[in-house]
Amino acid sequence: MEFNILRKKLFIGKQIDDFLDKVSESGLLFKQGMDAYLKANKESFKRKIEEVTDTEHQGDALRRSVEEQLYVKTLIPESRGDVLELLESMDSLLDRFKGVLWQFEIEQPEISTEFNEDFRELVLCVVETVEAIVRSTRAFFVNVFSVSNHIHKVSYWETQSDKISSRLQRNIFTCNELRLSQKMQLRDLVRHVDKIADRAEDVADKLSIYVIKRSL
Amino acid sequence: MFAFFISSGLFLGWSLGANDASNVFGTAVGARMIRFKTAAIYCSIFIILGSVISGAGAAHTLGKLGAVNAIAGAFIVAFAAGISVYLMTKARYPVSTSQAIVGSIIGWNLFSGSLTDYNSLAKIIGTWVVCPVISAIIAIGLYKLVVFSIRALKPHMLTLDALTRFGLLLVGAFGSYSLGANNIANVMGVFIPVSPFSDISFFGWIKLSSEQQLFFIGSVAIAVGVLTYSKRVMETVGEGIVSLSPVAAFAVVSAHSIVLFLFASQGLESFLSNHGLPTIPLVPVSSSQAIVGAVIGVGLLKGGGRNIRWRLLSGISSGWVVTPIIAAAVSFISLFFLQNVFEQKTYRPIRYQITHEAFERIHDAGIATGKLKKLLDKQYPNAIRFNDVLPENMELSHEDRNFIFASAEINEVKITASGIYAVPVGSHWITEKQKDDLKKLEGRIFRHKWLLHDALVEISPYWQYVGNDKRHNEEIRHKLSHIYELFRFKNHW
Repeated sequence: MEFNILRKKLFIGKQIDDFLDKVSESGLLFKQGMDAYLKANKESFKRKIEEVTDTEHQGDALRRSVEEQLYVKTLIPESRGDVLELLESMDSLLDRFKGVLWQFEIEQPEISTEFNEDFRELVLCVVETVEAIVRSTRAFFVNVFSVSNHIHKVSYWETQSDKISSRLQRNIFTCNELRLSQKMQLRDLVRHVDKIADRAEDVADKLSIYVIKRSL
Repeated sequence: MFAFFISSGLFLGWSLGANDASNVFGTAVGARMIRFKTAAIYCSIFIILGSVISGAGAAHTLGKLGAVNAIAGAFIVAFAAGISVYLMTKARYPVSTSQAIVGSIIGWNLFSGSLTDYNSLAKIIGTWVVCPVISAIIAIGLYKLVVFSIRALKPHMLTLDALTRFGLLLVGAFGSYSLGANNIANVMGVFIPVSPFSDISFFGWIKLSSEQQLFFIGSVAIAVGVLTYSKRVMETVGEGIVSLSPVAAFAVVSAHSIVLFLFASQGLESFLSNHGLPTIPLVPVSSSQAIVGAVIGVGLLKGGGRNIRWRLLSGISSGWVVTPIIAAAVSFISLFFLQNVFEQKTYRPIRYQITHEAFERIHDAGIATGKLKKLLDKQYPNAIRFNDVLPENMELSHEDRNFIFASAEINEVKITASGIYAVPVGSHWITEKQKDDLKKLEGRIFRHKWLLHDALVEISPYWQYVGNDKRHNEEIRHKLSHIYELFRFKNHW
């Protein structure tokens, strides 16, 4: 009976891994999508939106499957609530990547080339923040003691994102060629992107509590 | 009639099952790591196995404390223990059947005029005190070991979960085995001297002694307690110690199981004595206190002393004294009522007399007999009276005193033809050859048990005790006690 459970658990473990892959992948797609938008490569941008939407669906399915099995099989009863919350928070990051790309697709903001570099840098930092939280989450499942090796990088990249976001917003508002409405539109989009890093840091805060709870 | 009298023991067994199974599987079931049904089935099976296979060790120690020799007395002793446990549990006092039964036996000793063996009593109480401490130490060691292995092996959270479940089930099974082995003596120990069963053997390769048959019945009562009533207790315990992580729970239950096993294992005892190491006394201990000790151990390791509820500890230590006293009082009063109001024989008086044969035997053993001469041929109605007349200025060691008591104990045995006919014969039991030895003594009357033994030794060297051969000596003792029971001269009072 117990060996059967072990086999089932290995399967769920793989599903959790796959789900985290999807979160990580969505970050990469987000980066490529933003790149394509900044280069005004509309076809590529559209493809990336489709891909990230697809990834998001797959992620949702995996998350639901894992959650259901954890409850039906009463696995890891002492950390089950924490694990569910963690997976849902990670899923919300995935949603945000998709959401921001859609926002760009809907609003089609004009971004002058002078902001391109800052935008790319912001996107890079945000994706790195999410990568760091994905690595921390993976460590949480595989080896709870090594979470601290990754979790501090989340804060680092989040701070970097904040700095770039502030700089970018300041530059946007000091630019005389833009109308106020354009400035406000760009500011909102910058905030949307930066918000992803903020949320990743929130997840990291929760995770560090889960780690303390599990540290035997 | 035996079935009625044994009911008090079965009740005690039932309450033990209802309460103590939670020590073994409570945390696992409470934390939903193992389903109650699975836990109850494993628990029942292993309690029965532990009781039947390894129950004898701790029972032997209780037997030394006092051998209840009338069935109505045994009924009251178990009944008094059961009532004490019930009353004290109602009063929210931590209590264990081990402590209650010891008190009850002492109550019987007082009532029947038997001497309480203070050496055994000291050994038993000493073990109770040491038990939670050892449990705490083992729990700390195990917990450290487990945490170290987890850090080294870095298992996936889900793998760790599966391993913890498997581990909890494994130590739960081991714990149930140890619980059965250690605590069956509390439930059935007092019935051993009055058991009507004789040894049976299945297909010649499984032999169940009368003791084991009693233990089987008792352990089934414990199992019924587990199956019918332990669920609620388990859920409460699980919630009570919910702050324990499953890994800590594993260490705690393992420590508890090891401690109970240490104090019940005859195998370990003989291993230690064969290697010249000090042996561990085989004493029924409290399963709950072993658990509390282990929890405190892990608590100390994790958070220093501030997490410990010292009131709980003082409750436990007062239980070592208060429970036996209450049980002894209940036992004494109940025996009085049963004997005088219901006119049931609660004990068979054992008289003492230094006969000439006994005097010689004591003398031959190298004990100074000068002061015993004036007691020659005087009869005393019970051990306490005999103890009172033993000259005070005789400097007797504990062993010498026991030897004098054993030598002077009157147990008239008459070897009758009908008795010999009734001796059960089996390839694993008394053989035809040994039955022939008995036939040679037909018609003879022995005033002391040891006189019959000496006579048998004269006929065949088989009956002789052999220095280190524990198994042989145990076999001889077992057969002799069976023969005494068969030939006891029943109508001489």
